[in-house]
Amino acid sequence: MSGASVQTATALPPGRDTRLAVDRDGWIKRFFVIVIGLYLVGALALPLYAMLSKSFVTYSFDLSRYEVMRSDAEGNWGPARSLAAINDELGRFTPQDLASNVNGRLAPTEFFPDFSFRSPERWRIRGLDAESHYLVGLDLIRSDEWRELDSNTFRRVNLRPLPKTGMDNYSAYFSNPALFGSIGNSVTIAAISTVITLFLAFGFAYAINRTCMRFKSTFRMIAMMPILVPSLLPGIALVYMFGTQGYLTPLLMGHSIYGPIGIVIGSVFFTFPHAFLIISTALSIADQRQYEAAESLRASSWRTFWTVTIPGARYGLISAAFVTFTLVITDFGLPKVIGGQYNVLAVDIYKQVIGQQNFEMGAVVSVILLVPAVLAFVVDRIVTRRQVSLLSARSVPFQPRPDRKADRLWLLWCICVALFITSIIATCQAAALIRFWPYDLTPTLANYDFNRMDGGGWAAYWNSLQMAGWTAVVGTVIVFTGAYMVEKIDGFRSGRTLFQFLAMLPMAIPGMVLGLAYIFFFNDPANPANVIYGTMVILVVSTVTHFYTVGHLTALTALKQIDAEFEPVASSLRQPFWRLFGRVTVPVCLPTILDISIYMFVNAMTTVSAVVFLYSTKTALASVAVLNMDDAGTIAPAAAMGMMIFYTNAAARILHAMASRRIMRRTQAWRVR
Amino acid sequence: MTDRTPAAQPYLEIRNLWKAFGDFVALRDIDLDIHPGEFVCFLGPSGCGKTTLLRAIAGLDPQSRGTIRQGGKDISTLPASGRDYGIVFQSYALFPNLTVERNIAFGLENTGRPKAEIKARVAELLALVGLPEQGQKYPAQLSGGQQQRIALARAIAISPGLLLLDEPLSALDAKVRVHLRHEIKELQRKLGVTTIMVTHDQEEALSMADRIVVMNHGVIEQVGTPTEIYRHPATLFVADFIGETNHFDAQVQSGRVQMAGLDLAAVTGGHAPGSAVRVAIRPEDILPMASDAPEAENRLAAQVADMEFLGSYWRAHLKVGEVALVANFSMNAVRRFDIRSGAAQLVEIPAERVLVFRGASA
Ligand SMILES: Nc1ncnc2c1ncn2[C@@H]1O[C@H](COP(=O)(O)OP(=O)(O)OP(=O)(O)O)[C@@H](O)[C@H]1O
Ligand SMILES: [Mg+2]
Repeated sequence: MSGASVQTATALPPGRDTRLAVDRDGWIKRFFVIVIGLYLVGALALPLYAMLSKSFVTYSFDLSRYEVMRSDAEGNWGPARSLAAINDELGRFTPQDLASNVNGRLAPTEFFPDFSFRSPERWRIRGLDAESHYLVGLDLIRSDEWRELDSNTFRRVNLRPLPKTGMDNYSAYFSNPALFGSIGNSVTIAAISTVITLFLAFGFAYAINRTCMRFKSTFRMIAMMPILVPSLLPGIALVYMFGTQGYLTPLLMGHSIYGPIGIVIGSVFFTFPHAFLIISTALSIADQRQYEAAESLRASSWRTFWTVTIPGARYGLISAAFVTFTLVITDFGLPKVIGGQYNVLAVDIYKQVIGQQNFEMGAVVSVILLVPAVLAFVVDRIVTRRQVSLLSARSVPFQPRPDRKADRLWLLWCICVALFITSIIATCQAAALIRFWPYDLTPTLANYDFNRMDGGGWAAYWNSLQMAGWTAVVGTVIVFTGAYMVEKIDGFRSGRTLFQFLAMLPMAIPGMVLGLAYIFFFNDPANPANVIYGTMVILVVSTVTHFYTVGHLTALTALKQIDAEFEPVASSLRQPFWRLFGRVTVPVCLPTILDISIYMFVNAMTTVSAVVFLYSTKTALASVAVLNMDDAGTIAPAAAMGMMIFYTNAAARILHAMASRRIMRRTQAWRVR
Repeated sequence: MTDRTPAAQPYLEIRNLWKAFGDFVALRDIDLDIHPGEFVCFLGPSGCGKTTLLRAIAGLDPQSRGTIRQGGKDISTLPASGRDYGIVFQSYALFPNLTVERNIAFGLENTGRPKAEIKARVAELLALVGLPEQGQKYPAQLSGGQQQRIALARAIAISPGLLLLDEPLSALDAKVRVHLRHEIKELQRKLGVTTIMVTHDQEEALSMADRIVVMNHGVIEQVGTPTEIYRHPATLFVADFIGETNHFDAQVQSGRVQMAGLDLAAVTGGHAPGSAVRVAIRPEDILPMASDAPEAENRLAAQVADMEFLGSYWRAHLKVGEVALVANFSMNAVRRFDIRSGAAQLVEIPAERVLVFRGASA
């Protein structure tokens, strides 16, 4: 015992930190993180970038960059003249007229009012530099050489617009009240819908979590029904209920359902389950002790409600508000069907792109729609993180006590909401089965004979089924594998952070924006991935990407709950990680994996927004068929197709529930803990 | 520690090992040799860096600086899968969806061994840990102690060169813990596997380890056998952490230490006369004497202020003049010398049991 250990050095000696060599498992995990990360880059980041850069590009015809010469019948050439000079002389086109888009064409014959293609005159044309390209027939000419043509060929010459980068699209957008007026409309609609949905959903969730009301599980089931149908379905139902021939139209007292009223009612319908789920989770984690404390202070139940219940659920309420707001403002199907002349952002994108072929303006509206969506996303992430910490601090779960009078009132509330939801679905079902509302009410299955209508026929339904199936399988595999690799990899800090960011991004991107971004990115002939354009693959890719984040978060939650020491144990036993993954991780997470796949399936069946830009005649989808049939005025078949989606999703949900129950029963032995 | 002749070559050699988490230095300049077949305990208060050191050895959280050699081979940068050890975590980390048999066989399968051989090996291991009948059950159907043994069986199934145990007993209740201590120790002796166990329970370390590594604030305070550590603590921290002590500030005189109210003979080699020291005396080193015993060094006339019965012995609060001392007396001694609260009692503190450490200010 010579003395104490000498404690001289206290700071780390200089040098580099030891790094462990990466083993085979480490390389494979890095490989997967990189591959799935690259998938997200290719399927999300690059398309968005392409869209963003397109929104700054304007196309216009630059007449000063072209010269034309004209000869008479004898072959005597006149002077070479710039088209700009001719235009000034004629006063033919204003600068606004010369603005165009990527597909624009301008025939130089426009500058020669006396032009006739039968005339024996000859023509020469050239661009002043290599950029000033023009078409002769289908051939694109990029040359500053003179080119001599006869009149009949000159007729087939077209100038192409030249791109210019700048804020022009944005200034054009904000100088057009018909366009920027949509911002106010969208925000108003989203705000009103959010308030109403929150109000109804809070009461509903309160009744289910905090009272002794009866029929809770039935109500819970009804509350989830809107998730199973496309958001345009309530629009169709509202037409039958409140349209010009509607059976409830007098209730509107002269107001039209086409417009804000219809959008708000429909939005409340399709956002209800989302708000309900979030608030219900928040209300289910109350602490009994706080209520006992309030009671011992003789606080009135009204005061207790405001001082204990609402603050306890505040993060849930905030989160539900932002989720609802985002859902409404980014939704396209519903305002398309019931919006009438009331313009909103999501429909504007569609109109610009599909109606006017103005892709650049579509990109501008998309960027504008991104702002509230990204904002809402950021706030929601912050709030959700807070709520998680709240959850872990809680202890004694709340036990509601029966109160006959109050329970009756809550039952009434829930019945009203349930009636609202079921009546919309029931109206659709009735519409689908009635021959010709309101004149011929005989029941018929004729509306299900989709092959007789435009919109894709039964093939569209089978396509949807196929697309949803692929999305469920491929999406679940990618999402779960990605989440596992990024959660269980050692080291690779920066790679992980980047991957997590990429995985969160899809949640902030509205479907319409994603779809338009895909057009820009995948329809570019220079892009080798162009081959998937117009195929089933691009539909699956866009849908998997669109719904990536929720799946990723669900998988992460499950993976974080299993023991972090499984991986060290397996590697100390010199077993490769994939044995652990296959034998332990996947079986233990199977319920979660099923949850992710049903989520992907149901959403793939109902989604309209991203795929509406991406389907081709061969890959028409059921949800898009609903939209197109409604557009074509064949509303009853649209309702029938919507109901097909409903049956399918309901069946899928039932199968999922049965499968989950079976797994639970079979694995009960080891789930005792 | 020259009393032990180490085997030709240590099995595990740790040199100048440092670990930092950001600015926080969790391990400082650790040097440690572990010999083949040894059972070593890392012992220290919570947060002293035991787990950090174990994880560095396992390749789970690499050290910041320094080297580790195992069996003569430098493993400092090898990933966990390239090292040779079995590990048992505090949580046991048993695979919940696999039966006990499958858990134990996990490291044996996929190695080209025939099925029958694996089956036999699993049965052998189950018998070894005393659970021969439980192979078909799932981990959740076993008690904590049983799960612990399955985790142990799984770790030793592949006959690792090194066995790492991170607080393997801390999740169990006291009775099971004491029982398992012996079982693990027995098993380790039978297998002869070099073993490192992390614990913050000194009793566990004292009863199981061949050698104990006492750690504090990221440094090794002392390495030694349980008796060395107990009887000759190298630092005041060790003396305090293991067992209990009375301690006092004192000054060294040749062969003696002087403190307020006491002046004791002591082994003061290494401390210059006149230097300030800290003196520690263990309660059980205060021996009761018959009042007619022959005169000797460090005899003190004490007054018994209070007595506490602690089951297997008595704790006596003594007063020697103004100085308070705590002493442990066996039941036997209490009966023989009729020690009672309020009575006078002669005690002796053998000079070599007066532990002298450098003073706090030195
Ligand atoms: N990942 C980490 N990041 C930052 N600090 C850490 C990390 N892991 C451990 N530490 C710190 O290093 C110190 C040593 O931790 P370690 O887990 O080794 O303690 P321990 O001796 O095992 O304690 P216990 O008995 O409580 O398990 C502690 O102060 C701890 O806070
Ligand atoms: Mg520890």
